[in-house]
Amino acid sequence: MSEITLNINGEKHTVDVPSDMPLLWALRDKLNMTGTKYSCGIGQCGTCTVLINGMPMRSCITPAASVAGIEVTTIEGLSEDGKHPVQQAWHKVDVPQCGYCQGGQILTAASLIERNANPTDADIDAAHSGNICRCGTYHRIRKAVKLAAEIKKGDA
Amino acid sequence: MKTQSPVNRRAFLKVSALASGALLIGVGYRETVRAAHHGKKAKTWAPNLYVRIDPDGKITIISKNPEAGQGIKTAMPMIVAECLEVDWSDVHVEQAPLDDRYGRQVAGGSRGTPDGWNDLRIAGTGALAMLKNAAAEKWGVPASECEPNMNASIVHKKSGRSLGYGELAPLAAKQSAPDADSLKLKSRPKDFKLLGKRIPGVDNKKIFNGSLIYGCDTRLDGMVYAVFQKCPSFGGKVRRANVEQIKSFPGVVDAFVVEGTDDLKGLMPGVAIVAETWWEAQSARKQLRVDWETIQSDSTADYQQQAEALSKEKGQTVAEAGNIDKAFDQAHKVLEAQYYYPFVSHANMEPQNCTAYLQPSGKMELWAPSQNPKAGRSLISSTLNIPEDRIHVNLTRMGGGFGRRLTSDFMVEAAWIASKIDRPVQLQWTREDDMRHDFYRPAAWHNLKAAIDKDGQMTAWENHFITFGDGRRTASGARLSGGHYPAGLTPNFRLRQSMIDLKVPTGPWRSPGHSAYCFAFQSFMDEIAEAGGRDPLEFRIDLLSKKFGKTDFVTERAAAALKLATKNANWGRKMGPSQGQGLAFHFDHGGYVAYVAEVTAQPSGQFRVDQVYGAADVGPVLNRSGADNQVEGCVIDALSTAFLEISFTDGEVDQSNFADYNLLRINQAPSIQVDYVQSDNDPAGLGEPPIAPATPAITNALYAASGKRVRSLPLGNEGLYI
Repeated sequence: MSEITLNINGEKHTVDVPSDMPLLWALRDKLNMTGTKYSCGIGQCGTCTVLINGMPMRSCITPAASVAGIEVTTIEGLSEDGKHPVQQAWHKVDVPQCGYCQGGQILTAASLIERNANPTDADIDAAHSGNICRCGTYHRIRKAVKLAAEIKKGDA
Repeated sequence: MKTQSPVNRRAFLKVSALASGALLIGVGYRETVRAAHHGKKAKTWAPNLYVRIDPDGKITIISKNPEAGQGIKTAMPMIVAECLEVDWSDVHVEQAPLDDRYGRQVAGGSRGTPDGWNDLRIAGTGALAMLKNAAAEKWGVPASECEPNMNASIVHKKSGRSLGYGELAPLAAKQSAPDADSLKLKSRPKDFKLLGKRIPGVDNKKIFNGSLIYGCDTRLDGMVYAVFQKCPSFGGKVRRANVEQIKSFPGVVDAFVVEGTDDLKGLMPGVAIVAETWWEAQSARKQLRVDWETIQSDSTADYQQQAEALSKEKGQTVAEAGNIDKAFDQAHKVLEAQYYYPFVSHANMEPQNCTAYLQPSGKMELWAPSQNPKAGRSLISSTLNIPEDRIHVNLTRMGGGFGRRLTSDFMVEAAWIASKIDRPVQLQWTREDDMRHDFYRPAAWHNLKAAIDKDGQMTAWENHFITFGDGRRTASGARLSGGHYPAGLTPNFRLRQSMIDLKVPTGPWRSPGHSAYCFAFQSFMDEIAEAGGRDPLEFRIDLLSKKFGKTDFVTERAAAALKLATKNANWGRKMGPSQGQGLAFHFDHGGYVAYVAEVTAQPSGQFRVDQVYGAADVGPVLNRSGADNQVEGCVIDALSTAFLEISFTDGEVDQSNFADYNLLRINQAPSIQVDYVQSDNDPAGLGEPPIAPATPAITNALYAASGKRVRSLPLGNEGLYI
């Protein structure tokens, strides 16, 4: 066990974790922040995505100790009021079915539109191809990412 | 061709008031009829509860069914709100726990919508009638002059008076409940203000900020976490395991050998490890050494060999019409083909889990992501000898169902562990546990044979169905009805059946049976059409226009769906090089769905599904957004599953995670357009009907684009990739 300080959504949390404990389980079992979900455990599906320095990363294969002190954004911290352009677009398009993968999809989209103001279908496919949606909401994700980019620019 | 059922005459309204003055509206059933319906001894009648109106005006609608992503938690309350004449934004929706007063609480069989249709309309319409009566009494005017204004108020236009539902609630609760039979229920799309609109999911905002609680997100004071290791070879028992050593690992609270039962759908033998965090339980598990006693060695290769041998036999005749042998003798052409599809897994994104706590009082409380919580309660009761009335089940959101969570193995495992620990415990399976201990959609072989006359008419259809079962009964999810089409659509018909015994667990998978064999049937129909020199659409419309006996569906509704899909796709239009259109229709679970798929295929075997046009007749569409989402999702699920296979070696599953069971990705997904035949029939659910015909529409389009006829899945084994 080792004591580390995590910087999650702008808040510092000191936790005592096994040295190999992935960030996912530190969030879920140590901090009771359950918005980040477990699904494959091997970095194949993107469900557990968090933003590390703004880039989408798989928290299931990222040791918590490796991100000590680094800025981590989870789905709980994407916005204060739930009005991030991606959250607005996701609601307007009504993307989810079961919703389990959507936290990871939303963070991936938020990171994409930070870097790309006009994402094309190909850009969206490239950014989201690591995020499995078993319910098959891909069609809506494409639509919602484009809408989010427009909202961000103030066009919608 | 209307199939509107009469209003449920068993139902009646139950009204009561809380001390706060809140008005409660429930729908109950007269006990004699209810008892007869369930074949059980009559029980004391107890009301259920769908609507609550607080004096402060808060309107709460309870959703009784489990939510797995099928959208029932939005669609069902919409029915109540429609009939209560309230604005959707004024409504709060709450999830009910498992409670026998609600009757059926299952997410399965696409039954939620059709089963709830009458009850929920009665609850909403009855509540409105009582609010009107209360206003009439208060104002001393006839109730017929009191109308809702969509602002959660009743108005009396002549005098300009108005009272909110909340203000009326205490008085409404004192009104005598109207006879359910006397209520005029809205049933047609033209009557609807809310139903049919695009309404986003009620839990969306919680999904978007990570606060929605799925089964695995349950957190209780003092809770510990568990993993459960079962024998990789199904049914294997624990001879010995190093549990004492495991107990010494960091964070481990306890470890147990679970003797288990022989029931593949119940508590299986294994080793449970409980720790302060899940990661510590899982880390200890990596050091677990178990000596297993395996009891079977099933393999896919062996099934294949048995199927080949059985193909040479005649099998048992399940259904027969006309004189099929004569029809084959007199045929202008006889067409034969074998179709095959493999076992597949459900692969819910949220791996199986359940939280349980045996309270000091002896009450067992569970937080279960279950599609069938009542079955789980019953399994726990019989396995652990806990009376059902001491088991309380909270329904949590589910990260996908697809039929997997109709089986309650994970619930009984959690309850067993909780019975040994004096703290709440959350059992969380790994992805590998989930994939290797599923209840798989069974594989099957169809040896199909058709007779065609010189005009290209199909004069006979025979199917030798090689499935799984013990020789007497087919395995779970492995049955094909003798009345299934094309029975009744051809003068000569025969279904023969052979069974292969199996020791691996199978179960219902989204639209059980249909989602598998529709591929074979609708592909072979294209082969028959082509052999007779006919267009696939014209052949099917003609087939659906003739009756040679009873059919298990309304042929006109299937034809209408097919016509709408092909109209939207501009069927038969000139396609580019290496492009093709394919179509298919199907009926299951009360829904009629047809597709046209458009595919571009390369000589290398690479292909792309460019566009899919879907058309469905499920009666009135309740939530257009949710409905479209189900159809779109089914197309993706069908395409995804066409690439997937679960295989067995030595009684174990060969696949273990998304690396070797790789679900479809966004870059492989087609664009999808959905349309509806909005008939006046009662509504059907949409969780299942849209999947079956999607697979053959795609493989038929592949044939049109490339000339390659797919008769065996997964597609990768045919040299096809996307």
